[in-house]
Amino acid sequence: MTAIPRDTAIPAAAGNNADGLAEDARRERWQMFGLCSPALLLVGLVVFIPVGWLFWLSFFDAQGVLTFENYERMWGSRSYIRTFQTTFEISFIVTAACVLMGYPLAYMLSQLPPRAAGICMIFVILPFWTSLLVRTYAWLVLLQRQGLINTWMIDLGIIDEPMRLVHNFTGTVIGMVHILLPFLVLPLFAAMKSIDRDYLKAAANLGASPTRAFWQVFFPLSLPGLFAGIVLVFVLCLGFYVTPALLGGGKTIMWAMRIETSVNLYANWGAASALGVVLLIVTLGLLYILNKAFRLDKLMAGPR
Amino acid sequence: MLNRPASETQITHLQRLWLYFWCGLVMLFLILPSLIVIPMSFSDSIYLEFPPQSWSLRWYENYLGSLEWREATYVSLKAALFTVLVATPMGTAAAYGLHVSGMRFATIIRVALVMPLMTPIILIAIGAFYLFAKLHLNYTLLGLIIAHSTLAIPFVLVTVSSGLQTYDMNQEMVARSLGASRLRAFFTVTLPQIRFSVISGALFAFITSLDEVIVAMFISGGENATLNRRMFNALRDQIDPTIAAISTCLILVSIVLLMIAQFFGTQRARRPTP
Repeated sequence: MTAIPRDTAIPAAAGNNADGLAEDARRERWQMFGLCSPALLLVGLVVFIPVGWLFWLSFFDAQGVLTFENYERMWGSRSYIRTFQTTFEISFIVTAACVLMGYPLAYMLSQLPPRAAGICMIFVILPFWTSLLVRTYAWLVLLQRQGLINTWMIDLGIIDEPMRLVHNFTGTVIGMVHILLPFLVLPLFAAMKSIDRDYLKAAANLGASPTRAFWQVFFPLSLPGLFAGIVLVFVLCLGFYVTPALLGGGKTIMWAMRIETSVNLYANWGAASALGVVLLIVTLGLLYILNKAFRLDKLMAGPR
Repeated sequence: MLNRPASETQITHLQRLWLYFWCGLVMLFLILPSLIVIPMSFSDSIYLEFPPQSWSLRWYENYLGSLEWREATYVSLKAALFTVLVATPMGTAAAYGLHVSGMRFATIIRVALVMPLMTPIILIAIGAFYLFAKLHLNYTLLGLIIAHSTLAIPFVLVTVSSGLQTYDMNQEMVARSLGASRLRAFFTVTLPQIRFSVISGALFAFITSLDEVIVAMFISGGENATLNRRMFNALRDQIDPTIAAISTCLILVSIVLLMIAQFFGTQRARRPTP
């Protein structure tokens, strides 16, 4: 971000004027801060105050006694550990599937001529703009016992009995891959687009085969974008609620669902808060690492 | 055709056929689920079948005939519209302020303002639910608008900031040195030039509110329940074909918004940058 060149815009700040100009500059800084304040106020009210409050609540038990019980339970209780296991297992599988499907797609999109790429891009962006709930519903319809997938597979003679594709682990993974794939493809595509093609020409010119040029030149250069996509998908997986709640059938319990039931079913704010706080720390930690390693804002500004 | 080189490394299209095939499958995987809902919503049967044996509009009649669904749709549209009206000016003002000022705290403020995007949404939902209970904002339209506007601000901020980056601030300086006030200079010189970014931001704000499920699940209810909240609850119980009709309407809304966004996006790209 470039600030306005204040020093050049007001040339030759003469000595006796300097104080006045500094005063003006200071006033302007406060005015500009004032422009941010309505937005800051809203974010403070809806995010910072409530999250701070929950952080405070996480140290108290149901009777209002100061305790670390809410955090200790996360390590001790079997059902909590199972939730974390499920969450991480799903997150790893979904992220891996997104890479396997998304990397070739982003690569192809980055290589196509602009017009064809634009048309193919619709296939990525339209789902991205379609309501999450609608897409989850679509999978519910497709994967159910008498759903399209089962009917077709039986008609084609691939299977005899309808498979259980939904209200379980499989359904959750399929739905989540579908919803999160664009989050991998878009930053990856932007990163691939910015790779200088002359490097590849140089590699070919020096005798590298297409495969070798890809793995030794293109792939390493695309890693920042890939890494950004992976972290983004993984982080979104950890806190995912809607799709596992609808496609998981109550058996596949993920982190965010645990938070929801703690509040809605057991009205246990301490437990819910502690779970939420740890989720927040893990999420922000991963995003922080990503931002340190690569400039996330640069990557995100492109594709949208 | 197939033997022509496809890239700088002289690989031919034929050698890459597997790549095109795989990408084709991935693209179908991405697009088909949403599109297949559309013909299904016109089916006459209670079992969602494809292709439908007989066609009818009964699920649309069901949707539009139900007071509950109509009200929920109305609440969602109101919330989305007000979210645009609140988040767009706030996000634009913040983006401008952060862009212009040489504040040392600018980076910190920017991070604070994109926090709603990075915080797990479930945490925002229960936090807002807890705080709004004390403020008596739960189950009110006002509370919904406040929460959704907060979620939309980062999108407006990011879009408008990227618009400002390709804009030459000296133009505003010229206007001001010719006697225009800062406000006037902004509205007559800067805003018209970054308008496409602002419009994209507004579209994002709209879709953010319209698609939001989890926060609405906690803080909206009663007569102010959003369409998504009702859909989510209905889906938990059974697969009601009425939802296919509602989904089709929502998909059409997405397509229209996307087309508008693409149009303004190309306008933005076409504009000569200084």
